[in-house]
Amino acid sequence: METKAKTGLLCAAIVAAATGSGAALAQVKEQFFPVLVYRTGPYAPNGVPFADGYVDYLKLVNARDGGINGVRITFEECETGYATDRGVECYERLKDKGPTGATAFHPLSTGITFAVTDKAPGDRVPIVTAGYGRADSVDGSVFSWNFPLGGTYWSAADILIQHLGKINGGVDKLAGKKIALVYHDSPYGKEPIALLQERAKMHKYELLLLPVTHPGVEQKATWLQIRQQRPDYVFLWGWGVMNSTAIKEAVATGYPRDKMYGVWWSGAEPDVTPAGDGAKGYNALVFLAGPGQGAVHKDIIKYLYDKDQGTAGKKEEIGEVLYNRGLVSAMMTVEAVKQAQGKFGNKPLKGEEVRWGLENLSIDAATIKKLGFEGYMTPVKTSCSDHEGARSAAVQAWDGKNWKRTSGVYEADMKILGPMIKASAEKYASEKKLTKQECAKG
Amino acid sequence: MLYRENGQFKSTYRADQQMLPILQDRILMLALLAFAFVVVPFAASNYLFLSILIPFLILALAAIGLNLLVGYCGQISIGHAAFMAVGAYAAYNLVLRLPVLNFLVVLVLAGLIAAAVGMVFGIPSLRIKGLYLAVATLAAQFFIDWLFARVKWFTDYSHSGSVSTSPVELFGWRIDSPPEKYVFLLAVLVVFTLLAKNLARGHVGRAWMATRDMDVAAEVIGIRPVYAKLTAFGVSSFYCGVAGALWGFIHLGAWEPLAFNLTLSLNLLFMIIIGGMGSILGSYFGAAFIVMLPILLNQLPQWLGVPLSTAMASHLEFMIFGALIIFFLIVEPNGLARLWAVGKEKLRLWPFPH
Repeated sequence: METKAKTGLLCAAIVAAATGSGAALAQVKEQFFPVLVYRTGPYAPNGVPFADGYVDYLKLVNARDGGINGVRITFEECETGYATDRGVECYERLKDKGPTGATAFHPLSTGITFAVTDKAPGDRVPIVTAGYGRADSVDGSVFSWNFPLGGTYWSAADILIQHLGKINGGVDKLAGKKIALVYHDSPYGKEPIALLQERAKMHKYELLLLPVTHPGVEQKATWLQIRQQRPDYVFLWGWGVMNSTAIKEAVATGYPRDKMYGVWWSGAEPDVTPAGDGAKGYNALVFLAGPGQGAVHKDIIKYLYDKDQGTAGKKEEIGEVLYNRGLVSAMMTVEAVKQAQGKFGNKPLKGEEVRWGLENLSIDAATIKKLGFEGYMTPVKTSCSDHEGARSAAVQAWDGKNWKRTSGVYEADMKILGPMIKASAEKYASEKKLTKQECAKG
Repeated sequence: MLYRENGQFKSTYRADQQMLPILQDRILMLALLAFAFVVVPFAASNYLFLSILIPFLILALAAIGLNLLVGYCGQISIGHAAFMAVGAYAAYNLVLRLPVLNFLVVLVLAGLIAAAVGMVFGIPSLRIKGLYLAVATLAAQFFIDWLFARVKWFTDYSHSGSVSTSPVELFGWRIDSPPEKYVFLLAVLVVFTLLAKNLARGHVGRAWMATRDMDVAAEVIGIRPVYAKLTAFGVSSFYCGVAGALWGFIHLGAWEPLAFNLTLSLNLLFMIIIGGMGSILGSYFGAAFIVMLPILLNQLPQWLGVPLSTAMASHLEFMIFGALIIFFLIVEPNGLARLWAVGKEKLRLWPFPH
């Protein structure tokens, strides 16, 4: 505590010195966005399009709108290679950059998310994990600084089971069926297990857990087990080369691809194209934004690629699943900054002000239309008790060339998720001896 | 000139046997310690603490541990990250299940548990040598990775298999700010370095070195190989266990088994090879080389104002890092510590070489 007070004094002294010497310095109207990427390593095929989409949107806001209400966006990439230690190093490197520090971090790795979750409250920087991260961080009263916008793995697993229930004519028909979860042996892949086990108790299906070690190029033993056990369905919870390897192994094993369901991180173009025609019929979830192009892509081409300012190496990448997901992740953060500017003024915002924006984020259909995301983005509305904001997804299938939606939109069942999230968050709070923030009812 | 020991007479055995027999070394070491304890905590930035100094201190401790085994006793191990994992998970479970324990006690207990596990995996060393032993220690790596990933009790049944810790408290001192963590680690490291240095100079270390140089001859002169090899495994794993607990609690705060994978084991081995086998100082050099250089290389293009894409900077980092490792191994196969020793020899005569 004493040191904190000292640091505080020191900070005050520096601020006093800075205001004395350079009032102009404080007036730099720039909002700094740290960008954690992996453009190298076994996860690069998926990391690159996401990073390109994310950065392109930031560039677009500058080029088209001149920044966020006049505050220009600056950003810096840092390569994590999907490694937790390098990710934490990047976080430390970027968190204090820019006139007001980092806006919000998108770690793009569940491992890095776990590691920085403990650091974020002290540094007062929000962590946005759109579609990944800790499932229990939906509970904003405990995880004030985490925002799993748009969905968590528990939501994803829940939706997959709902879908299987629907195509089998009711979830009770799942009794006696065998479902195998082929998962990346890391926090990312393990996250859905709790929910699948909970559902298994309710619907009496058998759950097979088949871990695949990082990076996932060696899956022979896993698929041998699948050949022996013949599960009715296979859920794929992979990332990077693991996904395409799994589909190739399924082809080799003769496991029907249309019985395979991937999570939304196992449902992008780089996952299916290496398997060629063998990938036909493979299913995966799609959440928040699907593949395809809309008004915003036209703007991106007009303002960036026509002027040779684009990030992606080739234009075909624009509109791919992961590119769009990067785009939407950036858009939601920019919208949160806008929301916070409404309360704190059109100036560069601190992490805690952006946090308020994220917690009171409301991207409705009208905003989506205005931003040019119409047609493939679902509305998101967050609150203190719900940091997820939206928990719906649909199933898409690969037809050899494109992803086609094959189902309606499902919503994760909060009757099942709610108590699990609460219990898990409570456990975290008591382990960490955290004081919870009070969420207003309503 | 600088390192001339003229006029430094030793009139007692005690004086002759001290750890740093030359006055200049003692002054240098005191100055370095004073700098590290007094100046650095106030001068360094948080980034420097969290991303460079703290990982460096902990990995230096682990490297010392591995060096005692590989460098002093000649038993190769490529499974030492596993013993770090044992230390980390042991500490996690001790804190979780026996919250009354003082963190220092937890550290020592975690080290002892790691030592016990290390000795078990050291048993094959009594029969097999060299590369065959290396493969046997690889088994430790895979087995322990598997154990912590699969047996839920160790991770307190967490959903994701990831565990997280609360800040360390020591006699009411909450170690959570970066300078505090740094000072705590530095103190731990100083104590353990002194221990290691003395252990290596004493009869235990001599038994290890005799075993390393020729085990048959060592046996002939009355050194029991069982004793020498297993103590080396035990002490080495103890160091790594403590380092692992610190890595988890002080550096990471939350980790999964992947944090202690084979890459870390190999990195530890690289550290002592580049730093210098059989040298405590070399462990420091090696840890500094492996921890700092990649980060430095990654940021260098930006500091120089060279506009490079992130991917390019990252590829360059790997290439230059690899090239530098080869460069140092060619220039000085005995490691950076040897370079330092050669430098000292030169300084003895400088600026008037023969």
